[in-house]
Amino acid sequence: MTVEHDPTRRRLLKGGTAAAALMLSGCDRLSESDWFRQILESVEGLNLRIQRALGRGKELAPEYTAADLSPLFKVNGNDDAEDDRYQKHADTQFADWKLEVGGLVEQPLQLSLAELRALPARTQITRHDCVEGWSCIGKWTGARLAPILQQARLKPEARYIVFHCADTMPSWKGPQPYYESIDLDDAFHEQTILAYDMNDQPLPIAHGAPIRLRAERHLGYKQAKFVMKLEAVTSFRNIGDGKGSYWADQGYSWYAGI
Amino acid sequence: MDLPPPGTAPHMSDMAETAPRAGRFTILRHPLTIRITHWVNVLALLVMLMSGLQIFNAHPALDWGNISAFEHPLLSMTAMMKDGKPVGVTTVFGHSFDTTGVLGLSTSDGRPSPRGFPSWATIPSYQDLATGRVWHFFFAWVLVLNGFVYLIYALASRHVWRDLIPSAAQLRHIGRDIIDHARFRFPKGEEAKHYNVLQKLAYLSIVFVVLPLIVLAGLCLSPQFDADYPWLVALFGGRQSARTIHFLCATALVLFVLVHVFMVLVSGVWNNLRSMITGRYTIEGDAHDR
Repeated sequence: MTVEHDPTRRRLLKGGTAAAALMLSGCDRLSESDWFRQILESVEGLNLRIQRALGRGKELAPEYTAADLSPLFKVNGNDDAEDDRYQKHADTQFADWKLEVGGLVEQPLQLSLAELRALPARTQITRHDCVEGWSCIGKWTGARLAPILQQARLKPEARYIVFHCADTMPSWKGPQPYYESIDLDDAFHEQTILAYDMNDQPLPIAHGAPIRLRAERHLGYKQAKFVMKLEAVTSFRNIGDGKGSYWADQGYSWYAGI
Repeated sequence: MDLPPPGTAPHMSDMAETAPRAGRFTILRHPLTIRITHWVNVLALLVMLMSGLQIFNAHPALDWGNISAFEHPLLSMTAMMKDGKPVGVTTVFGHSFDTTGVLGLSTSDGRPSPRGFPSWATIPSYQDLATGRVWHFFFAWVLVLNGFVYLIYALASRHVWRDLIPSAAQLRHIGRDIIDHARFRFPKGEEAKHYNVLQKLAYLSIVFVVLPLIVLAGLCLSPQFDADYPWLVALFGGRQSARTIHFLCATALVLFVLVHVFMVLVSGVWNNLRSMITGRYTIEGDAHDR
């Protein structure tokens, strides 16, 4: 058998190219339409529930050894917070800085860095996975979040812990304060800490001094830097654009486990 | 035309022959479940590929192990200035190639932009990681659920054993098959009723090796999944290795599709397309015509 020169084949290729161009612009238009995006985003809750069920909620993120540490831990997002009050604290090595713990708690707290360092701590060498695709391994020491929340005594209606940060990020509405939130499953997870040391040194400003959140079963954007205040809430609908974090407000999923 | 009676599983060897007309007859080649899952798979794989390239573009480099070596990755696509002009450079194992216009630097919105893969290969066409991710994670479910439907059908109907696993005789004559393929000589008559040995091996490796591997490697990129199954990410050699394997599997799928579509085009495009839409496939001539 020989290969015939089939004119329909050429037409098919031409038609295919035109269809591809149509598909591309169609995908862009679908990406920008609210209804289609809602369909695409509808699996986020499913992903969270299935992944939590697989891990039964308690599994630890893999931990590594000192030999695995990244020679250079990439700085991403803001490398400083421009806020005046933050800058004054930075000038005095956060000596007068206090972490506020408020919202739906029986006992609001104000914790200095020295007080945080005296609380039950955990050290962990973990992998930081940026949503962009790269990974770095770092060593973190910090106060475990669970005992802090137990000390503050969460009210029964508290569902999420919101982390308010000193830095701002750009958005189409102008600069927005960075914030993040986690649910109680993550808040009481053994590896969830407010890290004040990184690689055995006080947390550098570029990595979020005085403290940054480490919620190790999530991508990098969940690891809020320059944390100033913890707020226990029932819902984050009234914070920022209501999606639960600065990046969620920009279209990223609130659930950062994938 | 006689179709198999309702209630019997139709498959390739269930012949529904037309009245014999000069050695030309029609068989029911692809059962309905295979036809539907095939086209859902086409859509899902296309969206997964193009949204995947969008995600890749956020960090257009590949590494091995757990962490990224930002200075010297295994593969990278970058834009740089050369003789006062912006160029796209792809570096693989330390060897750099000028890939201006396609990889590293390509035209987006009418001007040259630094981006790994060009805008015609990504969903959305412009740089938007968040949107690429929602497409990818939605169609991941389409791909996986569709894959399960296919697998359950293929196992329950014995499609795997009957149509995909090559016979000993086929394997013995694999050399002849390769030569025939290279000459674009395709089986006719009796032999054309079954997949040939190269087809069978290609389909088997895609269904049972590449697709499972790409799904597992993709899952390993999830930090929550790694907490649940740390041994799996270790098996891949680390998260960045898993990312590289995910990418290599995608490359293998693209190569498979290129060959697959080419073979469809050269071995009777309308007959092939019809067989994957209506199920009917016309066979001409007898084996001794070859």
